[in-house]
Amino acid sequence: MRKYTPDHEWVDVAGDIATVGITDHAVEQLGDLVFVDLPEVGAEYTKGDAAAVVESVKAASDVYCPLTGEILEINEDIREDPAKVNADPQGSAWFFRMRLTNLAEVESLLDEADYRAIVG
Amino acid sequence: MSYAEVGYQPYDFANRRHIGPSPKEMAEMVAAIGVADLDALIDRIIPADIRQERPLAWGRALSEQGVLERLRSVAAKNRVLTSLIGQGYHGTVTPPVIQRNIFENPAWYTAYTPYQPEISQGRLEALLNYQTMMADLTGLDIANASLLDEGTAAAEAMTLCRRSSRSKAGAFFVDHHCHPQTIAVIRTRAEPLGLTVTVGDPFTDLDPATVFGALFQYPGTYGDVHDFTGVIAALHGAGALACVAADPLALTLLKPPGEMGADVAIGSTQRFGIPMGYGGPHAAYMAVRTALTRSMPGRLVGVSVDARGNRAYRLSLQTREQHIRREKATSNICTAQALLAVMASMYGVFHGPDGLRAIAERIHRKTVRLVKGLEKLGFSVTPQAFFDTVTVDCGPRRDAILAAAERNGVNLRPVGETRIGIAFDERTRRIHTEAIWRAFGGGMSDDDLAHDYRLPADLLRTSAYMTHPVFHMNRAEAEMTRYMRRLADRDLALDRAMIPLGSCTMKLNATAEMMALSWPEFADLHPFAPAAQAAGYAEIITDLEAKLCQVTGYAAFSMQPNSGAQGEYAGLLTIRAFHAARGEGHRTVCLIPTSAHGTNPASAQMAGMKVVVVGVTATGDIDVDDFRRKAEAHAADLAACMITYPSTHGVFETTVREICAITHEFGGQVYIDGANMNAMVGLVRPGDIGGDVSHLNLHKTFAIPHGGGGPGMGPIGVKAHLAPFLPGDPPAGEAAVSSARYGSASILLISWAYCLMMGGEGLTQATKVAILNANYIARRLKAAYPTLYASPAGDVAHECILDTRGLKERSGVTVDDIAKRLVDCGFHAPTMSWPVPGTLMVEPTESEPKAELDRFIVAMLGIAGEARAIADGILDAENNPLKRAPHTVEDLVGEWDRPYSREAACYPAGAFRVDKYWSPVNRIDNVYGDRNLVCTCPPVESYADAAE
Repeated sequence: MRKYTPDHEWVDVAGDIATVGITDHAVEQLGDLVFVDLPEVGAEYTKGDAAAVVESVKAASDVYCPLTGEILEINEDIREDPAKVNADPQGSAWFFRMRLTNLAEVESLLDEADYRAIVG
Repeated sequence: MSYAEVGYQPYDFANRRHIGPSPKEMAEMVAAIGVADLDALIDRIIPADIRQERPLAWGRALSEQGVLERLRSVAAKNRVLTSLIGQGYHGTVTPPVIQRNIFENPAWYTAYTPYQPEISQGRLEALLNYQTMMADLTGLDIANASLLDEGTAAAEAMTLCRRSSRSKAGAFFVDHHCHPQTIAVIRTRAEPLGLTVTVGDPFTDLDPATVFGALFQYPGTYGDVHDFTGVIAALHGAGALACVAADPLALTLLKPPGEMGADVAIGSTQRFGIPMGYGGPHAAYMAVRTALTRSMPGRLVGVSVDARGNRAYRLSLQTREQHIRREKATSNICTAQALLAVMASMYGVFHGPDGLRAIAERIHRKTVRLVKGLEKLGFSVTPQAFFDTVTVDCGPRRDAILAAAERNGVNLRPVGETRIGIAFDERTRRIHTEAIWRAFGGGMSDDDLAHDYRLPADLLRTSAYMTHPVFHMNRAEAEMTRYMRRLADRDLALDRAMIPLGSCTMKLNATAEMMALSWPEFADLHPFAPAAQAAGYAEIITDLEAKLCQVTGYAAFSMQPNSGAQGEYAGLLTIRAFHAARGEGHRTVCLIPTSAHGTNPASAQMAGMKVVVVGVTATGDIDVDDFRRKAEAHAADLAACMITYPSTHGVFETTVREICAITHEFGGQVYIDGANMNAMVGLVRPGDIGGDVSHLNLHKTFAIPHGGGGPGMGPIGVKAHLAPFLPGDPPAGEAAVSSARYGSASILLISWAYCLMMGGEGLTQATKVAILNANYIARRLKAAYPTLYASPAGDVAHECILDTRGLKERSGVTVDDIAKRLVDCGFHAPTMSWPVPGTLMVEPTESEPKAELDRFIVAMLGIAGEARAIADGILDAENNPLKRAPHTVEDLVGEWDRPYSREAACYPAGAFRVDKYWSPVNRIDNVYGDRNLVCTCPPVESYADAAE
């Protein structure tokens, strides 16, 4: 079941593994992305830490780690071609996968309806 | 019959030359606004309780001729000796063709920063040449479009290392042979950031495990030339980064830093044809490895394509900068030294790689002969291998020799107690060598000694540099003149049209104010020359400080900051030192409203402060309740607030005194950003309304030209209690924000001449007319473009924010479309999407006559009409003159398949017919440029491609 954060990240949780990306709404606001910076595999983040960066020509934004855990895998494709994020933000253009160390945090995430209500 | 005099004052500079609207035009404008007269308008706009009590006054205003005479007499008080002091500043020959066609040419010096790339292709190309030249010379991958000076470039290199280094160590190592002023600037920058600076010998004192980065000087300040390859490898082994401060002229002969493995190179390009000017302005450079590109501070020119797919230049990677990243930016830098970088690049074009190398060889050979002579006289000279700088041990005779040299017309550098440093340069001739020998007690002639080379044999440069064709043009002056003219013609500067950029104050830079910059008495003074030789400068600086104190209500000034942002940083450091001296060093919170310029939070971060953001109300004013709440919550650790007045929204807030009082109540100091001082001079003094520190953008309010993106000058004024904490003397090792005590001292002449010719009354009138011009535009455009923030009476300060968001909703026309269409009309766009997204901020300044204001108004109304036609379906939503702007000659001569006419395309309302400005490129693709980053001159083959 896909979850969301108010900071425009989406999260798919399967067991203790989470896949994270940014929402179509966020991408629409940013415009054409020109740069994506991803965390290093093995890095550990606490919920709310800035883990990645996205930049368009006119805006730069941090991507926050929605949950606490360790980075397992990053999506090299989007680093090489940031346009892929514009093309399919909520599908193939995921940012990173992580192993969660505090599953209870999942409860704090929004479901789709709540997120859509926030962004109007 | 009696004779009636004409009653006209031809030499009244303020009212006839500087202020644009004539008295008759002003009467018409006042009527259009609907007030009785100018003073009535001002009384309505500026709250009565903040008006200054006494008018500005410093005697009668001088005429242009009068100010030039005055400048001549002060110039005569400077004594220009031949300064062979070195230490980062060298004699150089500005090629006359560059002096007249760039340095003294308003097409170059009155341009703005190239944020609107379509109308900036000329200087963008020149800056790309600069980047290419510096990347080549340093042997690194990518160079920026210049930094403020060598000292600040070194400090920026340190913070770059901190951001990018893998090492977690807390110290930065600095070569003890770095210039003393560089070390002072680095130490000052490091302290509030909690970084440790270790100064020592790189070959004996550097433990790579303890540092995150290191800086070496090459050649060293005393002349030593070392190979740092080994220590750099050791640094990399420990995860640290290596920076080299390198003399670019030496790099034509010596192995470049990139080939030693350095990650970063910085330095000054002053000796590439830029006069010393008693400290500046000069362009510093920074070059890095590709991997560090995004960590590099400063402007970066890149290559992209326009809507036709043709090559076009633009500023790349702006997301690194403070106007987007605020306190997370790579630096608070928002200025380069564009004009000086352009001159340095042209020096490179003028001489080419062979010419530069020949100049370096001649300097070296002359230095060898000097050394041979000194050795013959029995002196011990170090080092054995050198480029242009040596140090001589003189024992107890040192001071006598220095004095003798000075009597012979040569300044040398005292080093330690017994030594003398000598640095030769492009202007050194045999008479200087012989004068030095005489001072050391010898009588031989330059012919007595054969020349040879004492360069370090294992450090000779073998790699090519500046291979691009632009550095291999035919050397005829005809070719050079035309190249510079072609580039200038691509750009739109103040010499062709109003530049109505909000918050940038693009006022007249009068010719009389500029002339003295070229005089040798001002241009050829070394910043570290004995003070007695700079009595003229001292007189000007002291007098300008007194005038600025009178204008601001402050007690003391420091001329050291080289930009507005550097002024903010210097002002906050002053506040920080004040708190620390009172045992309140724990005060680190800085309140900043969301409406602040991005440099404010970036500067606060650099000064070691924690930014707490304060909201603004729906009317754009600072939310006083929120301000009080946050000040109170931080009563124990409040250091300062940073506010801009009048606000960045272009309004004189009535609550400013209250904001200042709240800050003081909770132990903080008030920083009033002087960016909008052009709305206050002569009417309101920041010191009177509660400010403790302000910087003044002399390049806005006090007539220094913008130079196409620098130089700038951001001196700070302070109340008396802060005066002891102002920046000190950089080469003496005191706290310093830039390399030279008076920053870019030579351009202070401009502001001084401006003050003298305007007089107190003229400056006050200028402020009033600046406000008049803005209100006139706001009124005339109100129906088409509502003014976003205004007083209840509908008034603005010296600028106005035009709300274009409704227009976008109705027609899909964006601020970008309006900006690019204004190019077709022959205008530079107003400030876009700042401080409010989707709006345009217009600041006409007092210098624009009514006819130019009307031309702008006509152009803007024409654009509104086109937008309406789109909304009404008369014009196509995409294929219309706004979306396809700017239009080029290529568009007109090609196939015309557009649903609007060629006439409509190229002659919109407001455009001149005969004197039409033609954009050299179509709209530039920003996304392509940032996705495909190229920041050096593209190879020749790609020029051929473009031509096909």
